Amino acid sequence: MGKITLNLISGRSIQQGVAMEGGKEKPLYTKACGIIEMDSSDLKKLGIWKNSNVRVTSSYGNVVVKAIETTQGPHPGVGFIPMGPWANSVVNPNTYSTGMPTFKGTPVEVEPAMNEPIFDSVELVQKKCRGEI
Amino acid sequence: MTKSMTDVICPFCGTLCDDLEISLSDDGKKILDVYNACAIGAEKFLHSQAKDRITRPRLQQADGTWKEISYDEAAEYAAQMLSKAKKPIMYGWSSTNCEAQSVGHEIAEMVGACVDNTAAVCHGTTLIAVQDIGLPSCTLGEIKNRADRVIFWGCNPAHAHPRHMSRYSWVPRGFFTGKGHKSRKLVVVDPRVTDTAKLADIHLQIEQGRDYELLNALRVALNEEWLPDTVAGIPKEKIREVAEVLKSGRFGIIFFGMGVTQTLSKNHNIDEAIALTKHLNEFTKYSIMPMRGHYNVTGSGEVLAWQFGFPYSVDLTRGFARYNPGDTSTIDLLSRGEADAVFVIASDPGAHFPISCVRQISKLPSVCIDPHMTPTAGVCKLHVPVAFVGVETGGNAYRMDNVPIDMRKVVDAPEGMLTDEEFLTKIRDRVKKLKGAA
Ligand code: SF4
Repeated sequence: MGKITLNLISGRSIQQGVAMEGGKEKPLYTKACGIIEMDSSDLKKLGIWKNSNVRVTSSYGNVVVKAIETTQGPHPGVGFIPMGPWANSVVNPNTYSTGMPTFKGTPVEVEPAMNEPIFDSVELVQKKCRGEI
Repeated sequence: MTKSMTDVICPFCGTLCDDLEISLSDDGKKILDVYNACAIGAEKFLHSQAKDRITRPRLQQADGTWKEISYDEAAEYAAQMLSKAKKPIMYGWSSTNCEAQSVGHEIAEMVGACVDNTAAVCHGTTLIAVQDIGLPSCTLGEIKNRADRVIFWGCNPAHAHPRHMSRYSWVPRGFFTGKGHKSRKLVVVDPRVTDTAKLADIHLQIEQGRDYELLNALRVALNEEWLPDTVAGIPKEKIREVAEVLKSGRFGIIFFGMGVTQTLSKNHNIDEAIALTKHLNEFTKYSIMPMRGHYNVTGSGEVLAWQFGFPYSVDLTRGFARYNPGDTSTIDLLSRGEADAVFVIASDPGAHFPISCVRQISKLPSVCIDPHMTPTAGVCKLHVPVAFVGVETGGNAYRMDNVPIDMRKVVDAPEGMLTDEEFLTKIRDRVKKLKGAA
């Protein structure tokens, strides 16, 4: 088990939309967005089972999410975290004078984090803001 | 016998579906079921009925617990915060009606705020491009009746606008498109094989972030000039084939989304997409349309534009309207630590801004107006729950093609709850007094 590098994008998913309307503090939202969708070949490279926790790290931060096998692939080399606070823990906030952060195309490292917890959205943001994680 | 209500508008995404049917309990107080909506729209109506809904404003205490206060006290708190601040941000506006936006802008003008909507993290770069070179566009009705070439570039309506394709852009049988999706060629450009791409006649699985190059290559192909062997991971033969398909249509439409607005080239991607649309008009008829996300982000742009002249990122701190994305935009104001108070309404920057900006919000005096408990509410000092617009109050919203639609009130809000507009009016009246303008 090691580390792999992926190009991270984020965006909407229907599960994200439904879960968001159901309440962002609820477990369903974490289930919908506290994930990284990876290509099966990348899961193999990383040497982990699907549905295990991983830590995603960029130059801007890191976050623990569940690695799942993508249903909208193949997309080897590309990772997808649905829009939400998990993705936003690692995206590139630079706007390069356009007002828009660079939400898509952040280089990240992914490594196994079997025993680390995935926080719910409110907890995650509060802990990050207080500098606890 | 349960009652039912027809022609209800869905207040979730920019498709702003206007054909929902809702069945209500005999007394008309409870929503029992929602018909015709997609899964997201249905959840929005049903969740408004949740038993654990927060119904009163509350202040966050130092230990993270909440203390309930009245709407009057909450309005006083917000009015004081805004009046004292030198450079407050008033952000959001995209999930409320135009009437509330208008009252909010009155407050912004009095206190000298930076007003911004969710285009800041969505189609803001589109708005810059439109100001650069214009936007040949049309309505969704025209697309339904005429479009025989449909391109989804960097967007995934199967997930983000679930009924868009069935109501307007791919499935419906229109006046000149009598065979439904059989009368259309669907081209999808996306680095993933999205559920939208799976339906396409042609899917260009582009290398992520290479949209500008591919858009440009298509224009080269239209001119039948030299191309390298591959552009953005797509072989040149394929690019020429797609250029032919686009050219041969009678009426084409390019829809585009976050895949182009949020990648590195930002507004330049959109410049090039609009230039491609113009170019295609030399051969046949083409239009282009941004896939707007929130149901009334378009309306916020409209109201800001007719009141202040600019569609987002409007800085009123000097007593007149300035607009300079990169300078007056919320993300940049937060990143540079320039704002000294944050007022959020009808959006959730806590979930949808990069964490460094959220951290900045958490350090400042802050108010969050939102029917839901959200990550933004979790880091703000005051959370004010309000009625759901489009469910518990009506008002005006603009569909993604700039068509205004009046929403319907379906049920009453829980006893004693205010709407966005009512609460903002309270703040406005209080600010007027504090500023001595009354
Ligand atoms: S497509 Fe959009 S507007 Fe239509 S029902 Fe679904 S969420 Fe609502």
